[in-house]
Amino acid sequence: MDARVLEQRKSLALWLGLFALTWFFARFGASISEALGMEWLISYPKEWIIPLNDKVSALMKWLVEDVHFILFSFTDMTRALAWLIEQPYYFVRALLATGFEQGVGRRAVQIVPPLSWLTILAGVIALGHYAKDWFLAAIVGLSFAYLAIFGQWESAMVTLASVVVAVPIGVIGGLLLGILAYRHPRFDRIMTPVLDLMQTIPIFAYLVPILFMFGFGPVSALVATVIYAMPPMVRITAMALKAVDPEIKDFGVMSGCTRSQMTWRILVPSALSSLMVGVNQVIMLSLNMVIIASMIGAGGLGFDVLSSLRRLNIGGGFEAGIAIVILAIAIDRLSQAFAVRSSQIHPAPQGSNIFKRHPRSTLVALVLIVALIVGRFVPAFQTYPDEMTLTTGAFWSDGVKYLNINYFDVFEAVKIFFLTWFLLPIKRFFLNIPWPWFIVVITIIGWKFGGWKLALMNGVMTLFIASTGMWEKAMVTVYLCGASVIIASAIGIPLGVLAAINQRAGRVIGVVIDTLQTLPSFVYLIPVVMLFRIGDFTAMIAIVLYALVPAVRYAAHGVKSVSPDLIEAGIVSGCTKRQILTRIRLPLALPEILLGINQTIMLALSMLVITALVGTRDLGQEVYIALTKADTGRGLVAGFAIAFIAIMADRIINASAKNARIRFGLEAKND
Amino acid sequence: MKNFLTKSILVAATGLMMSGTAMAQVESMDPIKLTLHDWSGQLINTKIMGAILEEAGYNVEYVQADYIAQFAGLKTGDLTLAMEIWATTGQEALDEATATGNVVNAGETGLQAIEEWWYPLYMKERCPGLPDWEALKACSGEFATAETAPKGRYVGGPVTWGGFDDERVEALGLDFEVVHAGTDAALFAELESAYQREAPVILWVYVPHWAPAKYEGEFVEFPPYSAECYSDPSVGVNPDAAYDCGKPRGPIWKAAWAGMEDKWPGAYPAVQAYTLTNEEMSAMVGAVDLDGEEIDAVVDAWMDANEGRWNGWITQ
Repeated sequence: MDARVLEQRKSLALWLGLFALTWFFARFGASISEALGMEWLISYPKEWIIPLNDKVSALMKWLVEDVHFILFSFTDMTRALAWLIEQPYYFVRALLATGFEQGVGRRAVQIVPPLSWLTILAGVIALGHYAKDWFLAAIVGLSFAYLAIFGQWESAMVTLASVVVAVPIGVIGGLLLGILAYRHPRFDRIMTPVLDLMQTIPIFAYLVPILFMFGFGPVSALVATVIYAMPPMVRITAMALKAVDPEIKDFGVMSGCTRSQMTWRILVPSALSSLMVGVNQVIMLSLNMVIIASMIGAGGLGFDVLSSLRRLNIGGGFEAGIAIVILAIAIDRLSQAFAVRSSQIHPAPQGSNIFKRHPRSTLVALVLIVALIVGRFVPAFQTYPDEMTLTTGAFWSDGVKYLNINYFDVFEAVKIFFLTWFLLPIKRFFLNIPWPWFIVVITIIGWKFGGWKLALMNGVMTLFIASTGMWEKAMVTVYLCGASVIIASAIGIPLGVLAAINQRAGRVIGVVIDTLQTLPSFVYLIPVVMLFRIGDFTAMIAIVLYALVPAVRYAAHGVKSVSPDLIEAGIVSGCTKRQILTRIRLPLALPEILLGINQTIMLALSMLVITALVGTRDLGQEVYIALTKADTGRGLVAGFAIAFIAIMADRIINASAKNARIRFGLEAKND
Repeated sequence: MKNFLTKSILVAATGLMMSGTAMAQVESMDPIKLTLHDWSGQLINTKIMGAILEEAGYNVEYVQADYIAQFAGLKTGDLTLAMEIWATTGQEALDEATATGNVVNAGETGLQAIEEWWYPLYMKERCPGLPDWEALKACSGEFATAETAPKGRYVGGPVTWGGFDDERVEALGLDFEVVHAGTDAALFAELESAYQREAPVILWVYVPHWAPAKYEGEFVEFPPYSAECYSDPSVGVNPDAAYDCGKPRGPIWKAAWAGMEDKWPGAYPAVQAYTLTNEEMSAMVGAVDLDGEEIDAVVDAWMDANEGRWNGWITQ
């Protein structure tokens, strides 16, 4: 028997043993510890809880009220920053939505109206044509036309204004941080955990401190959006710069570039197409934030969704939600087209007059002038007329009502089946594991996959969760997310494989997951409550719908990118189609699929705050309660607990994906 | 948004006229910032207050803000005035804010918040003793669902609303399981769903709200609330437990930035004097949420009909 097989058997035995022990403790731990008089094994004793909440709150208070630098206070500084961000935002919002006004408050008088809808429509169509072709121009134009026809124009423009301001800040900030991380490996090491935290701490947790620092209004919403949307840009920048061909770099050195020339003339331009992927991510994540941003004063489409659903106007909520999706898709396609365009070479425009050289710009300028003048006398040229708007609101509301009246019993039966046979057993299992044992298990897992460093990190993080008194809520979190991730993977991975091997199915699935990713989950949360009532099952559906996306994407990508040589080899040696899939494609796609599951876990955790709105009892609820009580410390500590769960899951899965790649010889082992 | 030009001329003209008359009297032309939340009653309340302040010559600005998070803004003066702080849900935050000295309680709005267990009328046939709470003891099974059977299922408000329903169920010996909705929207989604199917439901409803206008139903009559009932186990139906009574009913407060009185001395008394009644508010909320009228139209109608009243508040 060779050593490798032996080792595999040994680790299999270890996992089986660990699982059996854990199961045993979960089943009998409670009665054993009771018999021994050691109840502290089951529930973490209250006296041992470290009151970190109060300390964080006190720190925040000190920061906002007492810190003074020599000339100004901390609050002055953040307020100045807020002012700085406010100026471009108000300018863009005036341009797109409200118009320029003189005076303040409601008595303000509009001096210049906002750009008319016709001008903006012409502008985006021209952009679409400039970036790619008439097809893209048509898509973008139709999207914006939809916004006007379905009466979402004004709100959409307010949302667009915040995206237009937040995205450049996120992109430039991310680019600079990424360059720093590329130049200084030490900075990179500090930055990585910070980025992890930025992406995994729920926004609700830091909303209150941001409100204290940046004041009330759209600026705080913008700051929160930037914090949430920037991390992928930093990561992609650092990665893209590392990936620049060394020959290009050598060329720069030979021609005597200074350091800044090297960065801005050589590295950044040659990495541009990868950088645009980061820009695209920043845009998408900014649009994901609109609902939460609207809770603290950003207004726009997010606010329409919230206020419609408060009135149980499901149709209204759906329409505003779809408008967000459409806006996202239009901006996404545009930015992707720009990404492609930036890597091509275009001849400088030539022609005898300005119209021939810049046909699109002149046309848009023409529309602008006509709309401005005619709009003064014919309001329809300025604002899309209310009488011509359509609505599908009643359709959605009636649809939900129909399902509710006719199929409620079916839904109920499905729900009960899942609860009794799937959710409740998992919940009982996790809640009954004695906490010291669970810490031990997590540490061992860390050690097996990533050596002593990961073991230490896992141990410290789980201990943090226990010692801040979050244990039970953390276990509910693990159970809810765990169950949802299992279902999401069970649905998502086969869909991804199907999308990869069947092109037509792939296109349909692509549209569906794009929609799922950008449709605010609150839109479907309320109808789901109507059909399935409040409870864990409803929360699970919402999490699965949202967290499904990466499972599909990564599985599709993994299966597609299996080397064609290997598949040919399979065909030559007489594999059936089925064998090619199960013996070649799937095993080789395994590392990618694992990364997809990793992202699924991240998204599932980030949904917790939303599912708190349907009454779950987990860490998400804790963060939400802290938000409604404006308790900075409580929110941040619970937020950190969620972030730690996410980081542990991420590290463990990344380590095992790496192991899998090494096993298939896709990556060299380097210790 | 139609007739944009005429509208802006009108606005400009009235602005000019105002600057000659009313504006001269007010202390500061800085806008008084009123907070808007996401439910219609609050929007109506705030817009009426804003309209009155504008009539008095002040400059008004509306800011979208979260119900609890707004206190951060009220403390610093970023926001000036919040028109609906419910004693039942916001008291804790309000007390905390007034204790800092940066926020003041500007008195009652005249609206009384009622929150209690509520059931649709069709449940009365299945549980004939209602609305008396004793009836719930006998027919808790009528309110059961598959998950809670044989216990009844009661949908409570978000955990943050408090309400002591778990304790109440225990103290009154009701065979009910309390399920907490996470938001108000989820709570009423449950009601809408059950009402469409005429399925059993009993849940936390509060007024002023549009729900009692849309759905026919009644509040359960528990033993009336008293402070002692909550604090002293020996008081009430159950001699061994507290919370053996209904929920408190409380006023809806107005809360203002403490600096408001100094900066706009003429406006603050008008804010303090402002009151509405539950009936007025319910009618207006119904007009907006059920009949689909515009909030601004409803506010204008109220302003026209009650000119004497609000004039009295301004000229105090």
